[in-house]
Amino acid sequence: MTAAPLSTAVLTTPPRKADAMTTPTRAELKSKPLVEVMAIDKSFGPSRVLKQCSLDVRTGETVVMIGPSGSGKSTFLRCLNLLEPVDGGNIFFEGRDITRERDKAHLVRREIGMVFQSFELFSHLSAAENIMLAPMNVLGLSRLDAHDLATELLGKVRIPDKADAFPDELSGGQQQRVAIARALAMKPKMMLYDEPTSALDPEMIREVLDVMADLSAEGMTSIVVTHEMGFARRAADRIVFMESGEIIEAATSEAFFGGSVGERARRFLDQILH
Amino acid sequence: MSLDLVFDYLVSPVFLRGALMTLLITVCSLFFGVLTGLVIALVQETRSKAGNMVVLVYLWLFRGTPVLFQIIFIYNVLPSFGIRFTAFTSAVLALSLNEGAYMAEILRSGLQAVKKGQRTAGLALGMTGAQVMRLVVLPQAARIVLPPIGNQMIGMLKLSALVSVVAVEELLLVANQVASANFRYFEALTAAGLYYLALTTVFMVLQGMMERSLDPKRRRVGSRTPTLMERLTGSMVRASVR
Repeated sequence: MTAAPLSTAVLTTPPRKADAMTTPTRAELKSKPLVEVMAIDKSFGPSRVLKQCSLDVRTGETVVMIGPSGSGKSTFLRCLNLLEPVDGGNIFFEGRDITRERDKAHLVRREIGMVFQSFELFSHLSAAENIMLAPMNVLGLSRLDAHDLATELLGKVRIPDKADAFPDELSGGQQQRVAIARALAMKPKMMLYDEPTSALDPEMIREVLDVMADLSAEGMTSIVVTHEMGFARRAADRIVFMESGEIIEAATSEAFFGGSVGERARRFLDQILH
Repeated sequence: MSLDLVFDYLVSPVFLRGALMTLLITVCSLFFGVLTGLVIALVQETRSKAGNMVVLVYLWLFRGTPVLFQIIFIYNVLPSFGIRFTAFTSAVLALSLNEGAYMAEILRSGLQAVKKGQRTAGLALGMTGAQVMRLVVLPQAARIVLPPIGNQMIGMLKLSALVSVVAVEELLLVANQVASANFRYFEALTAAGLYYLALTTVFMVLQGMMERSLDPKRRRVGSRTPTLMERLTGSMVRASVR
């Protein structure tokens, strides 16, 4: 990767894991991108939050997005699942242009799970009910099937004994893992994580990252906005660096951690790594 | 002073009708009051300029004048503009419009108390806007607005006594009429008072049942809603066992 801004380039370099340089990763096996973001623009009033941002994400790939706060990472994620309408550009999901699907946006969102910094578990429902709500009301699962699904997913996120606990009775790390399980219950084709560990106490960050890393290893396509470089090193196929609304770099994990990063990304890394 | 007479009044058809009329006015006014409040709250949520202007004038009028004034105005002044209502309709209309002004505030604060992130989370799960409202926002808002709405219920019951000024045969007017015929004020007013207390108690019990049914943790040990005695005397002590 060069230091030149790649904001308009559609990146097609096959991603590779740092620890699997010789064998092709699962992402390389599938050639078609799951998501293609083409030069999207987004403004809030006079401030341009996204400028001509482009990114391809292949099935099974895990992309970590880093960058200073206010650089547009969260907005990028929110545009991807149509929580924010874009001003220009196109977003393709499974080859279909979803950019302007206002009325059918909820159909797109069913296939894309999202996890928030502040968890946003529904406070009037128990952990299991939080997970069951969407499958029952959106997918039409029976209560029994939804409950089985919730039990299975709570086991997957390693808190099988917290099914009946309410959000305010769970630690931050547990709440975030329930939130991940809730998103997984819709059987999404892709997961978006918006700073999932930023609101957590340090001792709880690990348990959440472990769950996310497991999911990535199982082949869940993921975009993760985070400052956890340890996670990026462990689970990312590619690292995207954003600054002032532009995608400055999108490098394979090994290139990035191998040191071939541009000046601005290096400066940012120096700052967050102290 | 005769307790026998108090008892006679309590079971007399006149008092019973008066009590039923009080209950009817209260229930009708509450129903239309909540409806009005809901409409206002939703208009305020939409942030339409014209709608908000209308709402503002309405709130200014009905919160800035006494209810008693509003009742008399609707019954006595509107007919001179050709708008004529029966005493009962005037009473319910005045109380509903007045109640709506306060109910709007309560409902709006309830809707706003459910944070935006909760709606976003619902949308991100693939729910439609209506589903998010029904499954995520309203259940949480209901829990928040129920205690103040309960207070409004009790308040409305007591407020209904005001409509005696337009000669609706409700409890207080009946008691007053009966007493002024034979000057047995103690007995007549005691009977009316007992009816009021019985009605407010029933309302409070209802409120308690509704609060419990909306409390998701109701089956848990340790979760605690106020007892009836605490409700009646307004002396709810927060259990600080955490």
